[in-house]
Amino acid sequence: MAWFENPAQEPLRVPTAALWAVCPKCNTYVAKAEWADACKVCPKCDHHARLNCRERVQLLTDIGTFEEINAAVSVNDPLKFKDASGSYAAKSQAAIQKTGMGEAVLTGTCAIEGSDVVLCVMDFAFMGGSLGSGTGERILLAAEKAVTLHRPLIIVSASGGARMHEGIVSLMQMAKTCAAIAKVKEAGLPYFSVLTDPTTGGVSASYAMVGDLNIAEPKALIGFAGRRVIEQTIKQKLPDDFQTAEYTMAHGFIDHIVPRKEMKAFLAKILRYAGF
Amino acid sequence: MAKKTQKKLTAWEIVQLARHAERPNITAYIEAMCDDFIELHGDRLFGDDRSLIGGFATIGNERVVLIGHRKGSSVEENIEANFGMASPEGYRKAMRLMKLAEKYSLPVVSLVDTPGAYPGSEAEANGQAEAIAHNLEFMARLKTPVVVVVCGEGGSGGALGIAVGDRILMLENAVYSVISPEGCASILWRDGSQAPLAAETLKITAEHLLELGVIDSIISEPAGGAHKKPAAAIASVKKAILKELAELGKLTLDDLIEQRYQKFAAMGRF
Ligand SMILES: [Zn+2]
Repeated sequence: MAWFENPAQEPLRVPTAALWAVCPKCNTYVAKAEWADACKVCPKCDHHARLNCRERVQLLTDIGTFEEINAAVSVNDPLKFKDASGSYAAKSQAAIQKTGMGEAVLTGTCAIEGSDVVLCVMDFAFMGGSLGSGTGERILLAAEKAVTLHRPLIIVSASGGARMHEGIVSLMQMAKTCAAIAKVKEAGLPYFSVLTDPTTGGVSASYAMVGDLNIAEPKALIGFAGRRVIEQTIKQKLPDDFQTAEYTMAHGFIDHIVPRKEMKAFLAKILRYAGF
Repeated sequence: MAKKTQKKLTAWEIVQLARHAERPNITAYIEAMCDDFIELHGDRLFGDDRSLIGGFATIGNERVVLIGHRKGSSVEENIEANFGMASPEGYRKAMRLMKLAEKYSLPVVSLVDTPGAYPGSEAEANGQAEAIAHNLEFMARLKTPVVVVVCGEGGSGGALGIAVGDRILMLENAVYSVISPEGCASILWRDGSQAPLAAETLKITAEHLLELGVIDSIISEPAGGAHKKPAAAIASVKKAILKELAELGKLTLDDLIEQRYQKFAAMGRF
């Protein structure tokens, strides 16, 4: 193992892709097997790299229990939107091809250490995890399913916010999802929000912030407005830790920060406290 | 029918009217539309946001709780009101007043006119996202009728934070959008000067929002915009609010809340 003790020195010209993963934060080379073992958490800097939603489901659920629901709900293009780089129709199709998902969230029923729940997992790889009408509809239907099945609802967020290509219809998904969450709570059911990197804009200002518990991954970017917009507004540089999970917890909006590998056990524990 | 003969305004021209400095603001609405107004200050947690105000109001024969964004009428007021960009304490004050409305069985009237929620570092630290999110959740189940009027700018989450209601009305030259045309242009066109094109593409005018099922009806404005004849414009708004309140008052609370849920659940279902 000695020859990769100092993997950062690994020269770039070798065909590294097959053997190495590179931490997107500190650029350390990590053996792929080790990277997978660590669930994409950097052994050197503890950066929690983004997971796709299949990986997240695997991480959080009991083997073989996840059953997708709402798969037929897909992308809408209410504005027939087109910008400088092409049409939304083409971009969303490309996202579907790339991710193998129909929308930016995967919804389903599953068990977490034996507790049955309804789980929604967002995928940043699908158009930045943006909140489109298909995303909102899947989350609303999942919340309604939680009420029907009398199960807790868990949403794992990873999103840059609203999906501009759907304009005002995207904005309305914030209200729509929150209305559905309100019904879950009214039914006396737990709703846990897990905020991962990044959870910003319209997603942080809707379902991601109204969990009975808001739980975050370490150092996840969590905030409403973008750093650049805020810096332009206040005409000052912001500190490095601004809008991190730790910052958000220190200000009172996150209950607990949980490392990735401990998340499943943590969720199982709080489900039991909540009576499930 | 006179309106039909006028040249149709572009989305960008409507944006200018929506932002017009002389467009009637909340102070003008309160003066012209309310026989009585008792402002209620503070969120009971932190402060009193001057960019989002509210209180008890009497509109015609209706006692209501009125909330709305405040842009101010002079440069001093603009600055005090942060140009209508509310902070978390504003959204939390609005929620406090809506809870009073529920307790006293008063309907809520919400006047929307903001470029957006304030993107400042203190607003972030104090939970801008959480404040807006909780309002969305709370308003969805509020046990009293809510009439929303988008009077000027409906700027994204900052507007929506007080805009979940049973009826969403919009003035003819108001706009309501997920992002400002300038912001959208600089992100998706990488060129802020494409804002007029972004405004068109984003479909942010009352006409488009009615088509998209986001609003329930359009309140006509005097020729040239509400600022040309403020009294007439405000009278139209008052009439529209009273009409909606009368209709909503006929519903049981259970029906009201279920219909509100179904209204938002249907948004984005095509
Ligand atoms: Zn690293």
